[in-house]
Amino acid sequence: MAITLTERAANHVQGFLAKRGKGMGLRLGVKTTGCSGLAYKLEYADAPNPEDVLFETNGVKVLVDPKSLPYIDGTELDFAREGLNEGFKFKNPNVKDECGCGESFNV
Amino acid sequence: MALLQISEPGESPAPHQRRVAIGIDLGTTNSLVATVRNSIAVVLNDEEGHPLLPSIVRYGADGNVAVGYEAQAQQASDPKNTIVSVKRFMGRGLKDVAHAENSPYDFIDGPNGAGMVQMRTRAGVKSPVEVSGEILRVLRLRAEAALFGSDGGELYGAVITVPAYFDDAQRQATKDAAKLAGLNVMRLLNEPTAAAIAYGLDNAAEGIYAVFDLGGGTFDISILRLTKGVFEVLATGGDSALGGDDFDHRLFCWVLEQARVPPLSDGDTRVMLIKARQVKEDLTLHAEARFNAKLSTGQVVDVMVTQRDFWDMTRHLVAKTLAPAKKALRDAGLTPAEVKGVVMVGGATRMLHVQRAVAELFGQAPLNNLDPDKVVALGAAIQANALAGNRSSEEDWLLLDVIPLSLGIETMGGLVEKIIPRNSTIPVAKAQEFTTFKDGQTAMAVHVVQGERELVSDCRSLARFELRDIPPFAAGAARIRVTFQVDADGLLSVSAKEMTSGIEAAVAVKPSYGLADSDITRMLKDSFEHARDDVHVRALREQQVEGERMLEAVNAALSADGDLLSADERSAIDAELASLKGLVSGRDHRAIKSAIEHINHATENFAARRMDRSVKQALAGKNIANV
Repeated sequence: MAITLTERAANHVQGFLAKRGKGMGLRLGVKTTGCSGLAYKLEYADAPNPEDVLFETNGVKVLVDPKSLPYIDGTELDFAREGLNEGFKFKNPNVKDECGCGESFNV
Repeated sequence: MALLQISEPGESPAPHQRRVAIGIDLGTTNSLVATVRNSIAVVLNDEEGHPLLPSIVRYGADGNVAVGYEAQAQQASDPKNTIVSVKRFMGRGLKDVAHAENSPYDFIDGPNGAGMVQMRTRAGVKSPVEVSGEILRVLRLRAEAALFGSDGGELYGAVITVPAYFDDAQRQATKDAAKLAGLNVMRLLNEPTAAAIAYGLDNAAEGIYAVFDLGGGTFDISILRLTKGVFEVLATGGDSALGGDDFDHRLFCWVLEQARVPPLSDGDTRVMLIKARQVKEDLTLHAEARFNAKLSTGQVVDVMVTQRDFWDMTRHLVAKTLAPAKKALRDAGLTPAEVKGVVMVGGATRMLHVQRAVAELFGQAPLNNLDPDKVVALGAAIQANALAGNRSSEEDWLLLDVIPLSLGIETMGGLVEKIIPRNSTIPVAKAQEFTTFKDGQTAMAVHVVQGERELVSDCRSLARFELRDIPPFAAGAARIRVTFQVDADGLLSVSAKEMTSGIEAAVAVKPSYGLADSDITRMLKDSFEHARDDVHVRALREQQVEGERMLEAVNAALSADGDLLSADERSAIDAELASLKGLVSGRDHRAIKSAIEHINHATENFAARRMDRSVKQALAGKNIANV
């Protein structure tokens, strides 16, 4: 069981955290909304919840609640630039299909 | 997938904002608007709590347009300018309007004596489309007030129901009316279908159902099959000029005979018709009712009507509903006993003798646990909600219509690349990118096929078209996006677009045309039975295509840059090519694959040298600053 970040993603996260001035890391999860079933949650984490599972790669701590974990286990978080837009990308091996815009997915 | 940004804790945005959509039952007598709130379909009431909006529009002397109860209150005193049951005139010419001489309206023929009948009112000549537009506008405002309050907001769209019997002109008129009212029509939905949606979802019942819809002015009977939220219309029938109004009218005529009333003024006709409707409604609850009205001439009409009288005088009207019902059953190849339930729709189905006649025909008590006046609007709202894309994974969302067989295109080797898999709900659009097979290829044939099998020859051919004038690229460099789009009516349009040059070609077909259920079943069965063979065939064809492509590419490279090779190297490559050539038409896909790998290996150095040469050529004679 693991959640990982690419080096590029980790650098960006650390940059964002430094700019924000607080926060212990990232919180990843899923919500059951969206046109294709599930949507990713990508937030700053200020404090862990007792049930959280903690991962750490390239110096970035990632918290995941145990209910979300089965949907995103094995995910690698990447940072990508597409045209003028840049942001994080979930490379999630569990995804079976996603909606046209890619904002939500099914496992 | 989309690129995401990190949010503050607890503030991850919803992936898609909820879209607010409404369903409208635009009825002959009454209209309603409904929406889905918190997964439950509800009818939206007006400010006074009335769910129904009488489909009545009055053009007032002060220039105001009154709709609904306010107009109804004036209909007796101002019949010429108060339009009731306008739905009967939608998309109709003057000659189509039955008993125009009995109507209080000042009808004029549409422009050029063709087109839709119009009515002369004090606000000018009005078409049924404009009158219906007024009704729809009031419903839109009601929905916006109820859903957005004072915040303001925009309705995503509306589903409007029409009788199954409406022809194209009548449907188009309904769409035009909605446009006038500022509504985005996502779909017109047949009224019985909407009722089935409301019952099918709310009660989750499977089986054959009959929808018996006796509204104010129209009668529809539909035989539907419901299975896990998917329903299929087996047969429809009806009478577009039969409804509750006719029962009122019959009672009105009967009272005129009983009371020996001389010909009436327009105003008195209205008074008497309104009274007739009240008496009819009373008779569903009471054994007898008094018909009491005072005419403008001073004459008082006072007649007692019993249920028995009413049933006798309207027996022929009830019989007129049973004949289409029996015919629809025959058309569907069913006996009444096979019908699991009968859904009652429309206020007129409250009449006891109608209920009894239906119960007798189908041998069971009809379903009426949803309000028959609201059921169509509720179904329309559920559909509107689904079309607007508001559904969560928890809800069993409604499969309204699905593609019975996969749709795809032919690729090299006679293989089928499925683009839209079967059982996809429509409307649906999917795109996939393809490329060219040969160097300098400037045209591509797009062959649209339908079926589950892997080979084109085992599927059904739907259409062919060619994309021409593709810029001559190396094989595999052109990017051709093929888009499949199936609209709500099941019409498939396929377009192919070369992405760098923007050239495009398209075709439209009706995939389900001429395809019977038995054909679909057979095609599906074949695909299951041949699943294993098909896997092998696909693997083989893929390797054959790859092998041919490889032969093509290596031969092209050899003729261009063969001088880069020593004689030994050349003969080694030639030997591999000969071996692949011998295998490629064979049946062993593994052997072809390994031969391809051998060539790949044998040509590695050759490819590297070619690359060097082309780089050198590209750079030769150029200044470093220009590179």
